Amino acid sequence: MRRYIDFYLSSMRISILSQIQYRVANYFYMIGMITEPVIYLVVWSTIANQQGGIVGGYTAGTFAAYYIVWTLVRNMNIVFTPFGWEWRIREGNLSMELMRPMHPIHNDIAYFSGWKFVVILLWLPLAVFLTWVFKPTFDITWMEALVFFIAIWGAYLIRTMLLSLLGMITFWTTRVSAIFELYFGFELILSGRLVPMTLMPQWVQNLSNYLPFKWTFFFPIETLVGAMSTQELWAGVGMQVLWITIGASFLSLVWRAAIKQFSAVGG
Amino acid sequence: MSSVVSISQLAKYYQVSEREGGLKASIASLFNRKYKNVKAVDGITFNIEAGEVVGFLGPNGAGKTTTLKMLSGLLHPTSGSVDVLGYEPRHRSHDYLRQITLVMGNRNQLTWDLPALDSFDLQRAVYGIPMDQFKATRDEFIELLELKDLVTKPVRNLSLGERMKMEIVAALLHRPKVLFLDEPTLGLDVTMQRRIRAFIAEYNKRYNATVLLTSHYMADVEALCKRVIVIHHGRILFDGDLSKLVNQFSSYKTLSLSLQNPDVDLSKYGEVVSKEDGRVTLRVPKAQTSQVTAKLLSELQVDDLTVEDAPVDDVIDQVFSQKEDA
Repeated sequence: MRRYIDFYLSSMRISILSQIQYRVANYFYMIGMITEPVIYLVVWSTIANQQGGIVGGYTAGTFAAYYIVWTLVRNMNIVFTPFGWEWRIREGNLSMELMRPMHPIHNDIAYFSGWKFVVILLWLPLAVFLTWVFKPTFDITWMEALVFFIAIWGAYLIRTMLLSLLGMITFWTTRVSAIFELYFGFELILSGRLVPMTLMPQWVQNLSNYLPFKWTFFFPIETLVGAMSTQELWAGVGMQVLWITIGASFLSLVWRAAIKQFSAVGG
Repeated sequence: MSSVVSISQLAKYYQVSEREGGLKASIASLFNRKYKNVKAVDGITFNIEAGEVVGFLGPNGAGKTTTLKMLSGLLHPTSGSVDVLGYEPRHRSHDYLRQITLVMGNRNQLTWDLPALDSFDLQRAVYGIPMDQFKATRDEFIELLELKDLVTKPVRNLSLGERMKMEIVAALLHRPKVLFLDEPTLGLDVTMQRRIRAFIAEYNKRYNATVLLTSHYMADVEALCKRVIVIHHGRILFDGDLSKLVNQFSSYKTLSLSLQNPDVDLSKYGEVVSKEDGRVTLRVPKAQTSQVTAKLLSELQVDDLTVEDAPVDDVIDQVFSQKEDA
């Protein structure tokens, strides 16, 4: 266990040092990334204002809050993608990682965790700017803040498991782009990334309860923006733990088959 | 001595799809795909003792890298058995991986934007190397490879040779007992090749490490390996001392001589390979070497004469061509 903690800290340190090397590029990347929520925000604020100031329980202020928190959650949700798996197999880098006495997933989780610290630092001035422009409405308790902090890391882990599972497909077929696009479509609709889930038709909301997507976007955002009871907050964290466990279990199963496939064909 | 690496009847077969070029063949392959069985490694057997440095030679596609990948656990054998340090590599147990290393010419375990020192520290964490041991090993390797001024530079600013030296340090920081080296000097200049060879020799001496090395540079093999295993089309053609390989397969010897009159025609003594700065190199059938040497000394005014075995490269070519003919 001590070795893993040491490894996680070392890998996170390497990641932070690497990202700092590219701070300007990172900043422009983040500025580019806020384009998507700003478009959603402008559209929904306009609709809210035209409909007497409220849509589905959201005011212009709460929409602003939703999409400002969205920007941080989106950045926290960036993980090693299936494209990355495709690249690491094609370039032979997976062979190098398999020579380490450690599962490659640890490196992915640790490296991207380190990146998050740089992301949060770079996000702060952007959040201040967006707050100044869009005047969000926040009413945050200490409990909500605590659960939010846990939930963004929970979201990160769920998405890591999901996208790593998708990445495993590259062991059987080298082109995963089409499957990833399909996943992205489902995620957009069922996670709260496009619009808050409460604005979706009831059947979509019901469906999302049985899928992992909403626990990666809507739930973390709602911990700060919505009005959840303490019980609901912790039940949400419980659901995240459940999906992380399910994801890790599937990953472990698929990994065993995938690595046999890799070993059989080479690389 | 006990065997550290022991493989018996090891085989790796692949099924690869094949088709003719063109659209018609491409469409036909959708409905009727044809497969070909490729025997990358075809029933090889050998043992390597602790502390041995063995050259693993063969042309491209002979099965060298496939064998190294099976030994390091990256590939599952089709049949046969592999035992390294008492482990079955395909299980890739963490205890096993901590005791071996695989260095490939194109391996990249260094973080591009940071000094190599940071990557070394990550290796420490990966292998759980105690800090004292890590610092001692790191500093020892830095000194041996003369890297002191380079380890603080970002990896992206290093030359290919400098990067390769860093890769080797990173791969050996955990002091592996068994080294699988696949073309470790590929693409490097002569000076850098020499330095890496010297380092591998020193590592082998200090830690009694077992080394299996593939290289297309015979200088690597001659400098490091007493024993060589020659593989071709997945089968072992020769396993024994390098000197024995030369004796067994070399059909000629090289005579190098300086004459008082370098313009004399020497073609009747043997094949003239080169004539430079008054020194002539002759290739003579092995069986006739003593006879030709005596003739040269008696018939010509010779200032200096040396008799050498054929270069190892030529001998290896000879091995392959003899086996192809057979």
